[in-house]
Order: sequence, then structure tokens, then C-alpha cells
Amino acid sequence: MNDLLVADSVSKNYGDFRALNNVSISVPKGSIFGLLGPNGAGKTTLIRIINQITMPDYGHVLLDGEPLKPEHVQNIGYLPEERGLYKTMKVGEQALYLAQLKGLTKQEAKKRLKYWFEKLEIGDWWNKKIQELSKGQAQKIQFIVTVLHQPKLLIFDEPFSGFDPINANLIKDEILQLRNEGATVIFSTHRMESVEELCDHIALIHKSNKVLDGKLTDIKRQYKTNTFEVGLQTNAVDDVTNAIKEKFQVMPATFKNLNDDVKLNIKLNAQDNSNDLLKFLTSKAEVHHFVEVIPSANDIFIQTVKNN
Amino acid sequence: MNHLPLIIKREYLTKVKNKSFIIMTFVSPLIMVALIAVVSYLSQLNNDKERSISVLDETGVLSEIFVDKEHTKYTILTDTSLDTAKELIKAKEDFGLLYIEKSADPENVISSVRFYSDESPSLSIISSLERKIEKKLQDAKLQKNGVDIKKIEASKTNITIAQETFTGEKTSKIDSILKLAFGGAAGYLLFMFIIIYGNMIMRSVIEEKTSRIIEIIISSVKPVQLMLGKIIGTSLAGITQFAIWVVLGGVLMLVLSTIFGISMTEMQTPQQDMMNQAMQNPDVANEVQLAWQSFLNLPLANLVIAFLFFFIGGYLLYSSLYAAVGAAVDNETDTQQFMLPILMPLILAVYVGIFTVIEDPHGTVSTVFSFIPFTSPVVMLMRIPFGVPIWQQLLSFAILVATFTFAVWFAAKIYRVGILMYGKKPSYKELYKWIKY
Repeated sequence: MNDLLVADSVSKNYGDFRALNNVSISVPKGSIFGLLGPNGAGKTTLIRIINQITMPDYGHVLLDGEPLKPEHVQNIGYLPEERGLYKTMKVGEQALYLAQLKGLTKQEAKKRLKYWFEKLEIGDWWNKKIQELSKGQAQKIQFIVTVLHQPKLLIFDEPFSGFDPINANLIKDEILQLRNEGATVIFSTHRMESVEELCDHIALIHKSNKVLDGKLTDIKRQYKTNTFEVGLQTNAVDDVTNAIKEKFQVMPATFKNLNDDVKLNIKLNAQDNSNDLLKFLTSKAEVHHFVEVIPSANDIFIQTVKNN
Repeated sequence: MNHLPLIIKREYLTKVKNKSFIIMTFVSPLIMVALIAVVSYLSQLNNDKERSISVLDETGVLSEIFVDKEHTKYTILTDTSLDTAKELIKAKEDFGLLYIEKSADPENVISSVRFYSDESPSLSIISSLERKIEKKLQDAKLQKNGVDIKKIEASKTNITIAQETFTGEKTSKIDSILKLAFGGAAGYLLFMFIIIYGNMIMRSVIEEKTSRIIEIIISSVKPVQLMLGKIIGTSLAGITQFAIWVVLGGVLMLVLSTIFGISMTEMQTPQQDMMNQAMQNPDVANEVQLAWQSFLNLPLANLVIAFLFFFIGGYLLYSSLYAAVGAAVDNETDTQQFMLPILMPLILAVYVGIFTVIEDPHGTVSTVFSFIPFTSPVVMLMRIPFGVPIWQQLLSFAILVATFTFAVWFAAKIYRVGILMYGKKPSYKELYKWIKY
């Protein structure tokens, strides 16, 4: 079994509304899996099904090859998007309580909390009440509570919201480290730059259906249009531009450069490869900039959602 | 995995450690006792004031009935006119002047009695004067008609029907009152408990929703477990509070009566006098013994066991509904529309209990209501002191347990869906849909 989590044709209805329609995903072990989709697409419903908060109407979910059962909550750490803590409870007591609910003994939980509190430099918060902390500080506690029981599967829904850039980076590094230590991460966010940075695999859910999934590099390969962004320097701008336009499909390009006279996005012809294009260009002008246009996760997201 | 004990412990400790809970627990009995002390002190002050009333009796026959009492002194005026008497009283700053005009016909005397005073006198003074004069005039009339008053006095009878069941147990009127007191106290206690601590459960559910911790919690535990933990934890906190109230209230009363011991006994003098007289009277002494006897005759074991079961059953039934309401709404102001259907049967139960059980504890209405699960805990608790067949109790309890199970299931359904719903105020139609999710 190479997949830690498999959801097989999962459907869920709320009254007449179908929140998830026949959605299947496979999350490989040790990967960071981006679960993407516009607001209201059904991501949270899927995450709640994985957490056994709601039951699917059809389909089933396997964790490590076994159908989900109540004991599995110990193997999952979930940081929901709508999150909070008991405001009037003390930080330490609260963290201990939540850890015990995940099956840790009090002693073990205390030991690990001490480790994490030191690691995130919040050791002196133990006796503070949550309402005395800032939002970002409370988020740190929530993060610790999510990962404390060392779950095999970590689910983060918008984990960086509410963090300043420094703390967001701190948390990002912690997530990567947890992955390197063997945890599998499902990561749901609208911030495409974090997807770009973190995710190995993604699935895109739109209007209750899964519309795209796979390895991020594969998807990018699939979505690339063999287009190259080119910057040339020449005295005869119009001649060069026309010569290229005759042979290739061109679009104007905008990028920052010192003083290129011709800036174009050039699509390769079917029979050509990039070297053919480069040869052609060097024969016409001085090439200063030559980059393959790789679709960003953001482009893929917008394009897929618009097309559906 | 059973997290129930953990949840109960947290809910209990959070409630008990809450500042306002602590203040409520320790200050309320203080306030209650202080209130009682102040009230009794004030009424004592009021009684201490001595009143002098002057009586101008032109008939001359009524004067003898005005005998000085502890707080009222009478001065009989003679040989003055009404106007002079009025002036005199005003100058003396007496409380008032009672004027009885001379008249041949007693009927006229009745309509001519007047009371003059600066402030209007209290009802008790006037009625006490009225009673005195009435009695005297009545006697006068009877005598005039040739009736011997002594014979009337002698023929006055006081009957107490001795009650006995077919099995030979002696009962009495006191017995019924005692039973009513026991049943009423039990029913009312349950009613209060449900309202106070049901609300507390509801608030704690809403708090979990508004602080958004709920999703973190239910990714670890089943919503039903959380709900039951909440209900049980809060109830234990409630029992703790109640126990402290009882103990603290008792101790305070004791302390207070020792400190103000003398004044307290003085205050109780009239009642104690009556009690002493009653004790000397063989009939009443007998009755007190009967009361004690009937207390012992109460189905005490049945009462205690039934109290425990019906109390717990009824409380759990209602508190699961409170929890469901808490889960369905976002804030306390939205709870109104759902509170009415919960409070209605509860209030109905108390009214049925008070009115029909007194009338006929085994009548159709009280019997039927002691089977309907939403009213049965209160009504049955009120009926039991009067002796309810075991099969009825068991049947009623079985129905209660069945309903309670259903209510918990129903509440859990609403709870499960409701705790994750934010932002909209649900209608009954929507709640119905949630059950089917």
C-alpha cells in the first residue's frame, strides 16, 4: 500500500443539495497533498468525512488500507479552518485536555507539550488564559495540539491564516519537518503560492466534483502549452517581430528586463523543439531571455474552474 | 475509546471554577439568610410600636371589651363630647379615637361606629376592633332574644374525623398535608433544577459554538459523547451547588439564630405560645403524634427511590432538549423561539401537579399526566406520597426512559448537525431536515 488515505467514490447529500459527488482521491504516503477548490466546492465536507465528523452517503474511505473506524481519530490530526479554543481555560490545561481526547496519557502529553512549547518559544504561556493571547498566539497552540499526538495523517485547513510572515514561515518549516519525519499531510488553502511551495500532489474540487488531480509536476506538464517567453535585442524591431510572427504563433509578453527591444511569448510549432526555436531566434537577433512558460498553480486553478 | 469521564471532568471543573458560579454558590445563601434576618427584624420593629387608642363609648356597655394588649393601650373616655375628645386626642398625639354613638337600637349602633386618626390605620387594627364589637353586639342580640350564651359556648363542638385505611393504618388530615408538602417539594425542586441547569447546559453548548472549538473537539470525540458529558458534568456541578446551598444555608441560619437567639425567640412567641397550648391540649398532642406517625407511614423507601429515578430521568430528558436548542442557534437571543415548547410542558406539569393532585391524587387527570413523559417526573413525584401502585410507577418510568432515549437520539441528531452550522437562525423546518442528514 503506497497510499495512506484513499477516498473511493464518496458522495454526500445535505437534503437536496449534493455536497460531494462521486469524489475519489488517493493521498500517497509521505506526501503533501493539496486539496484545492473555490469556496463552497465541498472541500470541508470531504475533510469532515475523513475526520468522521460526518458520514458519507455513498462510497468509503480507507486509512492505511483499513476502512475508517473510531480508533482512527488517534492517527489523524486536524486543524480546521473554523477553529478556536475555550477562551476562559488556561493554555496548559486546555492543551492537556485536547491531547488526552486524542488518546495520549497525561504524563506523555505533558512531556510532549513541554518539548513543543520550548520549540515554539512559548513556554511561559502555560498558565495564561486563551483570551489573554493574540490570535496568532492562539493559532500556535492550535497547531501544537494538532500535531502533538504524532498522527500519521495531518490535515491543515488554511493553516497560515492569522500568522505574520515570520510565524507563517516557522509553521511552514514545521510542516515540512513533520513530512520528512514520515507524516502525510493534506493541505487545503486558497493561497496558491503555498501550494506551489509545499504540495507534491493536488486535487481540485469544483461544484462537488473532482475536476483534476495528480502529481503537481505532471499536471503542470499536462497544462503547459510549449510556450516560451523570449527577450531579444535588435535594431530592426519590426522586421524581427514580423519574421517571427510569420513562422510562429505569438503573443505579447510582459516581464521585467533591462532593455530588451522585443518581448514575446512564442508557442512552439508541433514538429519543433525548443532548440529549433532558439536556433531560429539566434539567427535573427541577440537572445537575452529564453524561458519556458510553466503554468502556475494559480493559472491551473483559474483555468480549470473557468472551464468547468 | 471512552472519553466520557474526561469530558465530564472538564465540564465539571470549568463550571465549578467559574468565578460567577463560585459567587452565586457562596453569596446566594448569604443573601437569602440576610434577607430573612432583615425582614424578621423589621417586622419586629414594627410590632414594637405601642399604640394608644381612646374610646368614647356613649352606650356605656361596650367599654368593658377594650382590654389593654401588649402593643395596644385603650383609654376609656367618659363625659366628653365628640369634638372635645377629638381635640384632646390630637393634643395627646394618640393613635386614634374610636367613637360609638349612643342609640337605643343595636342596629343603629352598628352603623354609627367611627374611627378617627391622623393616618389611616392598618387593616389588622380595624378588623380586630370590628371583631370585638361584633362579638359583643352579637351576644347582646342573642341575650335580647332570650338565648343563653353559656349554652351556646357549651354546645360548640370541634370534630376531627379519625381516618384509617382498610389495612388498619391510621391517617389524618395532617397526613395529607404532609404528603402534599413532600410531593410538592420534590416536584418543585425538579422544576427549578431543570430550568437553572438546563439553561447552563444550553449556554455552554453555545459557548463552544461561538468560540469555534467545536470542530476540533468532535474530530476527537463523538458528538453524542460530548453532549452527554456536558449534561452529566453540568448536573454534577449543579448538585454540588445545591448541596453547598443547603449546608451553608443551614449553618448560617443556625449561627444567626444563636447570635440573635433572644430576639428570634421573642419573635416566635405567639406561635410558640400556640404550640405550647397545643401541646397541653391532649387532642392536639395526639395529632402531633399522629403527624409523626404519618411521616413514618409515608412510603419513604419508595419515595426516595422514585425521587432519584424520576428526578434523573426527567432532568436528562429536558436537558438533552436544552442541549439541542443550544446546538441549533448561534447566540442566546435566538433561543427564544425554541424555549417555549420546552417550558410549556414543564409549567403545565407544575400546575397540573399543584391543582389536580391536591384535589384528587388518583383522579383521571393526575393519573394521565403522571404517564405523559414530559409531565410525568413532576406529577408522579407529587403523587407518590399518596401511594401509587408499583406497576404504575414502573410503567411511567419505562415510558420516561423510552422518551428520554428518543430525546437523546433526537437531540444528538440536531446537535451533530447544528454545532457545525454557523450564521443562520434555523427554522423548525430546517431542524426537521437536520434529523434526516
